[in-house]
Amino acid sequence: MTGPEIDRLIQLLARLPGLGPRSARRAALFLLRRREALLVPLAQAMTDAAARVRACSVCGNYDTIDPCAICADPGRDPSIICVVEDVASLWALERSSAYRGRYHVLGGVLSAVDGIGPDDLNLPNLIRRAADPGVTEVILATGATVDGQTTAHYIADRLADCGVSVSGLGHGVPVGGELDYLDDGTIAAALHARRPV
Amino acid sequence: MEWNDEAIVLSMRRHGESAAIVHLLTRDHGRTAGLVRGASGRELRGVLQPGNEVEAWWKARLADHLGHLRCELRAAHAAAVLGDGGRLACLASACALADVALPEREPNPGVHETLGDLLRTLAKPGWAARYAYWELRLLEELGYGLDLAKCAVTGLQSDLIYVSPRSGRAVSAAAGAPYRDRLLGLPGFLLTGETASDGEISNALALTGYFLERHVFAPQNALMPAARQRLVDRFGA
Repeated sequence: MTGPEIDRLIQLLARLPGLGPRSARRAALFLLRRREALLVPLAQAMTDAAARVRACSVCGNYDTIDPCAICADPGRDPSIICVVEDVASLWALERSSAYRGRYHVLGGVLSAVDGIGPDDLNLPNLIRRAADPGVTEVILATGATVDGQTTAHYIADRLADCGVSVSGLGHGVPVGGELDYLDDGTIAAALHARRPV
Repeated sequence: MEWNDEAIVLSMRRHGESAAIVHLLTRDHGRTAGLVRGASGRELRGVLQPGNEVEAWWKARLADHLGHLRCELRAAHAAAVLGDGGRLACLASACALADVALPEREPNPGVHETLGDLLRTLAKPGWAARYAYWELRLLEELGYGLDLAKCAVTGLQSDLIYVSPRSGRAVSAAAGAPYRDRLLGLPGFLLTGETASDGEISNALALTGYFLERHVFAPQNALMPAARQRLVDRFGA
């Protein structure tokens, strides 16, 4: 029905998150119909990204420069490091514009099921960074899951000798959340983390 | 082919983008796996955390198929201990051990009941000692129970401070003295039910760990779950 180039394009698109074979065919056709407006610029953008984007040697964030723009930004507070599971979490925190410190990307969480141990995470670099006298606080922003919090407690234990304050994100009622719609675990966590008003 | 049962979530592994293969310890159907659609969604992410008690519905065309699972939360034990490193390590260790040690689809109502009791009382003091008892009970349910009632040599019921690594039976101080380098320590709290120090918990975990390794993991050529080792590390072993 189609040439090998189109088949290969469809096969590769079908590997992307959110796309199956059927939606990959639609995406391929969409790109081919918009060759100049979309297909060529997309191919160029992907080539550029593949050639230039690297993981930052300091924090693990993706950028075209090393250290990344966040690590190199003098306006950022170098005394606070926020530890995140992956770059997606870093981007989520950046979208909030609520944090002006620096980051450290772990590259995953400890997981018995997936066989991920401490040696598989970017931990030695974090401990080295936390031992810097200029760093005063490490925020552990791992997920509110058993694996995420197991990782947070493990890191907190490892940082005990670094002389930094270690904190974690609060867990509880989301903005716009109504108690009636929350799960029992979130309500329990919110009650545990209650504060004076 | 379908059933409905009370269950404890042991593990969840993502499958594709939004589904997951979830392992449950059910009351009447043993350790069971199933595909849960939408497991990564907002509604189910919190429900399918290890240690949570759920009501589970399993359905498949044939009995030996993986099957689809539907789960509703009964008790969110994981959320209650997320902020406590020790209790969280205990929960993770218990779930990981049950997930690896128990055979699939063989009813183990005893393990289900004791694991449920452990998780329900995790917030109370004495959780570490209860965890050590639970590992003893797990060994017993798997058919490798230790005999700690009397000395294997003299038959005495007092002064029991050793366990034979060969037979899993208690040995008194006097009878065990010549072989003490080769015997395992028996922490007193396992016999008396008294409160235990970190050192005694560590000894108890070394004792149960030895027999779990020998009878459960070595024959399967499997490694002790890392989650259990992290719990052991917390008690300075």
